[in-house]
Amino acid sequence: MNTSTSDLEPKSVQTSYVQPDRTAAPRATVDREVRRTVGDVRVAEPRIRCNDINVYYGTAHAIKGVNLDVARNEVVAMIGPSGCGKSTFLRCLNRMNDTIDGCRVTGEILLDERNINTREIDVVPLRAQVGMVFQKPNPFPKSIWENVAFGPRIHGLARTRAQLDEIVESSLRRAGLWEEVKDRLEKPGTGLSGGQQQRLCIARTIAVQPEVILMDEPCSALDPISTAKIEELIDELRQQFSICIVTHSMQQAARVSQRTAYFHLGDLIEVGATEQIFTNPQHKLTEDYITGRFG
Amino acid sequence: MSQYGLEGHTVRRYDGELNHLHLRVVELGGLALHQTRSALAALQERDVRIARAVIGREWEVNRLDVSIDDDLISVIARRAPVARDLRIVMAFAKTVNELERVGDEANKVARLAIGLFDGFRLDPGDAQMWDVQTMGRRVVELLERAMDALDRLDVVAAQAVAGSRRELDAECQAGLRRLTTYVMEDARNVGQVITLTQIIKALERIGDHARHVGEYVVYLVSGEDVRHQKCQPDDPPTGGGAAPDPG
Repeated sequence: MNTSTSDLEPKSVQTSYVQPDRTAAPRATVDREVRRTVGDVRVAEPRIRCNDINVYYGTAHAIKGVNLDVARNEVVAMIGPSGCGKSTFLRCLNRMNDTIDGCRVTGEILLDERNINTREIDVVPLRAQVGMVFQKPNPFPKSIWENVAFGPRIHGLARTRAQLDEIVESSLRRAGLWEEVKDRLEKPGTGLSGGQQQRLCIARTIAVQPEVILMDEPCSALDPISTAKIEELIDELRQQFSICIVTHSMQQAARVSQRTAYFHLGDLIEVGATEQIFTNPQHKLTEDYITGRFG
Repeated sequence: MSQYGLEGHTVRRYDGELNHLHLRVVELGGLALHQTRSALAALQERDVRIARAVIGREWEVNRLDVSIDDDLISVIARRAPVARDLRIVMAFAKTVNELERVGDEANKVARLAIGLFDGFRLDPGDAQMWDVQTMGRRVVELLERAMDALDRLDVVAAQAVAGSRRELDAECQAGLRRLTTYVMEDARNVGQVITLTQIIKALERIGDHARHVGEYVVYLVSGEDVRHQKCQPDDPPTGGGAAPDPG
């Protein structure tokens, strides 16, 4: 499908957050029309507030002035076609883009009202505070117990073996894995099935008591049953954490999230309650994408 | 076809399935409209053969209803529709239900026509039939407009159909009041007046179903749910003894 200029406009006039004037933006954006995000990007008492986030890979402008809040105890799904910037945006939230050469992130990312996008912020405790689960399960080549205990130990969350045991058990229980591994905690984490490994990674993430969990396509390498278990887990984890999930599965976004954000070519096109996005999206691009009419 | 499209999916077979569904729903609408017209023709012509033909075709409406439901379930199961596709499927499912009931009401009118004219035991005069014919014309016109809006997925036309409740209610109430006067004049009229009252009520229901089709087309195209708008506090209740419209 060709995307004409009119495609990039909302279908109807909505209450929209108008992105700030970016006249001082780098060259790549000078001739670019300022796009408006349809829907309310703000929430009351956000856990994370992103203000005018821009990401550049060298001269390529990957994220273009995105504003978005993440509330407490909610799951925000980020959807969009490949290359739209949803994973790039997700990685901004715990500074994972710092590890990429030539990547530059501008704007404010407030985690509990503290800007984490500054040089003064130590990314090690930040990444405990904002944990991440990746597409492919990546357990350490150590025992199941070690996988979970590693984080709490290096972050000084436990002093004794008994305290570590308690954290390991509670984390594995919250990840829905305890009953399956309690008799083989000394066995390698890499010996578990794909779905179990992913839940082990989630247990490892929550063991360090994060506030936010970022998930980058956490089920794309899993079978439907393992996917269902992870989705059930996401719903339970929401009671304690804020969760941002990037997914290519529209149905998964519809099932697990309370709000959905649609990205397109680095712009945040539309944000809204998941029910609204999947029944009556306001922007044509969103509708075309989720109904399979796009691209 | 309006600017609003069922097409454009990357998977083109999906386009075909939704278009096929649309065609079949329109086909059912055409059949329901034909049944209604025929039932009214049976009354107009005082012809029980036409009425029997309406009853004989009832199974076609039911068969199409079941068949379209199967297609809808298949699309839901295989395509997991969302957004406008979800509204299309939901609106078609509800529209099919309304059209099947139009068929039922047309069938009822045909049976009542047989009761009136089979042997002409209760043959009402032209004056008594006047209200039935007037109501019938109005209902057929409304149903035609609803089918046209459904065919073209025309939200403006559908809104006009959906907003026509008061006219239809007024027509129905006026007809029922006039029929009551025939009973007051001569109690021997009670038999045919009861039957004519049942016919007017059946026609009113057909009008309601047509209106609901209009509401579903509005929902399908715009995403706006315009049902039950009579629940607004500034909408006065209609007078007379007619049962309230449930929808």
